[in-house]
Amino acid sequence: MSSPTLPPGLAIQKADERIMTLNVGPQHPGSGHMRIIVQIDGDYIVACDPDPGYVHRGEEKMAEYRNYTLNVPHLERPVIHDSCNILYPYVLAAEELLGLEISERAKYVRVIASELNRCIYTQYWLAIYGIFLGHSTMFMWPAGDRELLIDLMEKMTGARVTHSYFIPGGIRNDLPANFEDVCLRQVNYFEKRIKEYADVFYNNPILISRTEKTGILTRENAIKLGTTGSVLRASGIDYDVRKKEPYDVYDELDFETNVMKSGDSYARSRIPWLDMMESCRIIRDALQKMPKSGSVRVKLKPNPKGELGSVYKRVESGRGALGCYIVSDKKVEPYRVKLSVPSFRNLIALPHLLIGEKLGNMPSVYWSLNYWPVEADR
Amino acid sequence: MSSDSEKETVEKKPEESKPTETKPPEKPSTAKPDAPKPAAAKPAPAKKPAPAKKEPELPAFEKGVADKIIEKFGEKTTISFVKPDRVGIKVGREDIHNVAEFARDTLNYDHVDSVAGVDYPADKEIEVVYHLSSYTDPTLSRQILELATRAQREEDPIPGNDATKLPSLRDIFYSVEFHEREIFEMLGVYFEGHPDNRRLLLPEDWADLPPLRKDFRNKGR
Repeated sequence: MSSPTLPPGLAIQKADERIMTLNVGPQHPGSGHMRIIVQIDGDYIVACDPDPGYVHRGEEKMAEYRNYTLNVPHLERPVIHDSCNILYPYVLAAEELLGLEISERAKYVRVIASELNRCIYTQYWLAIYGIFLGHSTMFMWPAGDRELLIDLMEKMTGARVTHSYFIPGGIRNDLPANFEDVCLRQVNYFEKRIKEYADVFYNNPILISRTEKTGILTRENAIKLGTTGSVLRASGIDYDVRKKEPYDVYDELDFETNVMKSGDSYARSRIPWLDMMESCRIIRDALQKMPKSGSVRVKLKPNPKGELGSVYKRVESGRGALGCYIVSDKKVEPYRVKLSVPSFRNLIALPHLLIGEKLGNMPSVYWSLNYWPVEADR
Repeated sequence: MSSDSEKETVEKKPEESKPTETKPPEKPSTAKPDAPKPAAAKPAPAKKPAPAKKEPELPAFEKGVADKIIEKFGEKTTISFVKPDRVGIKVGREDIHNVAEFARDTLNYDHVDSVAGVDYPADKEIEVVYHLSSYTDPTLSRQILELATRAQREEDPIPGNDATKLPSLRDIFYSVEFHEREIFEMLGVYFEGHPDNRRLLLPEDWADLPPLRKDFRNKGR
């Protein structure tokens, strides 16, 4: 590929009269903060090379300089709309290294916060998906309904988006008074609202004609590429970390996972929406089963030291399985923190989905991956 | 790459001698840091209850996975830990390809969850940890198999052109493709046999040390 005079990583490309190379992004809003280099032959994509890295901030390096608690606010930055879920595996792993036992109430509150955050993230993603398919209503509705849950999170955590709510040892603060009633009311209304999306969006023949049978990811490829989350479940594999390896109290809660067989953009865009309804179910169930009082936080010594060893924990985030690998060498700071993020894992599927598609289908395929460029870059 | 090694299916024998073999690596790892005796007594009561309670029931399956690998590859591999749902295996860099192939074909692991690179300047080595997981085998759905291997580390790295090299697992697990590209740019480990060893996240003109190495210091820190 690269000629011998060039250092590895660089390559010279020959120009071709027939094949045109297009750089989609990073300035183009249709790609998010990343570049997709596509080569087109007429209207069809013949090669695709995703190029992330424009928002790489070195979160993993930064985590090696801060202690286990100070890592919390910056590790949620890669995906601020889903900040509870990206902190979840880190906090679980840190707790195992620090040897902390979490109270039952804190576990339930975490699950509620994590599910609310999943809905907030999915609504944001759905708004973007709607507008890139030219469906302005689908931008306005989720963006507006999302506010309900953001207000709820604000009551809970004190911040609208970057909550920093999960910390090693539990959660930062207990729920406010009569939160349960407000939460139940809002979530019930929210569920009623998102059910209306079916009429305007998911059963809309224009949407179906644009997304059905485009960007098909077969079951075999989904396994081979190691995709995760909604992309995986849209290809017919029933794998959800909340079910398969339940963390905190997910094994006590009543919910189901959504699986679709077709593996096309339509299935990938529908699964997160169905997941939101399951989230509402989980929240209602958790509110009922939650202990009504009790401590929510283990008091930590200043600068706790992790025990020697390594821990790998994973959770199901709004986009898929999110893993955190921490290596500790008995110091105040972790020796190495690795975040295995679903966006990065799903990115590998992009060339497989786009090659052979029309260029006009690119937004519907690309955004159906539930991809968040900032998270992939970390 | 490695010639296709003939794979006789390993009959798993439930031998009683195996558990004694797997236990020792687990205990030194918890007791090693405390050289003096009084200090070693302190962490013991805190950590004892957890393994002692789970030992009889949970890690039986995990131990079976570890034993299968040890049985097949013998002294080339060592068990670093057996925890509930997690098995850690250390493999030499010449054998990682064969062990990964065995994990895929015989143990049914079908994709990587994560590939992490860890720099150990004191040992002059860089460790690459593959976290294998399975979608197709329901008995493995909770399991993560950690295959760790180490590459030689150079003080003055010339990424791609020095001795910091490992065989790529791309031909066994397709899903490592981007993960290995990331490790190449972040730690300077060149994966031989990887079809596309380009930069992924860093800018093309990055001319400093690979940034996740320990001797690359963040500015102002």
